[in-house]
Amino acid sequence: MASNAAVPFWRAAGMTYITYSNICANLVRNCLKEPYKTDALSREKVHFSISKWTDGKPEKPTLRTDSPEE
Amino acid sequence: MLRRASMLLACRPILAARARPFSTDLPAAPSADATFTEAWTKVIPNMDPPKTPLSFMQPRPPTPSSIPSKLTVNFVLPYASELATKEVDMVIVPATTGQMGVLPGHVATIAELKPGVLSVHEGSEMTKYFVSSGFVFIHANSFADIIAVEAVPLDRLDVNLVQKGLAEFTSKLSSATTDLEKAEAQIGIDVHSALNSALTG
Repeated sequence: MASNAAVPFWRAAGMTYITYSNICANLVRNCLKEPYKTDALSREKVHFSISKWTDGKPEKPTLRTDSPEE
Repeated sequence: MLRRASMLLACRPILAARARPFSTDLPAAPSADATFTEAWTKVIPNMDPPKTPLSFMQPRPPTPSSIPSKLTVNFVLPYASELATKEVDMVIVPATTGQMGVLPGHVATIAELKPGVLSVHEGSEMTKYFVSSGFVFIHANSFADIIAVEAVPLDRLDVNLVQKGLAEFTSKLSSATTDLEKAEAQIGIDVHSALNSALTG
């Protein structure tokens, strides 16, 4: 059995497939023409709140709005 | 000892191949479990038994004995379904091993896609999409499932932004230090040059 023959360059640099795929998708979205570009970027925005837990109790949550570049 | 281990390994796959047919050759699973529905009606005769996901799904048609005349394509994105069980003559997908033409009767294949142009040929019409990345699953019964993260018709792409991006990532590659930066810059160059050749070629 071949043991991990030629890995793609992004895998060799420590990137997972999902990261690679999301980077490709973001690059394509950034090259769209105007009304489609704002639609696509607004579609991919996420808005969420994170709270860290210590000693079984949640601390104060932080709200994050991440745009697709991150 | 090693010889016996390799003999065992050699024997095992042959038996497994005989015992496990492809998913398109199995008879469709029954959509309602008979023992469950009986037990349900005994205890709760007034309510209908709950529907399981299997009852909503249509079983995949089995592999026909002669090659069908059309390819059935499901082209889906995370936020929309572009083509749903559409019958076409041929699709050309941008696989990592090159542009792959899929006709009805194609051998069952799983292919990873690279950024490139996907074209759907139906009669005399051809629709092109630029696909960012994804996978294509071709089944033995001439069904093709194409899943992509982002796919846009070519007329929605802006040539100037593409060329600006290409120049930007080429300069990033020369100034990159860590492996990760180099990989990101290389991805940028690949995607933008694929976009460029899709728009100009």
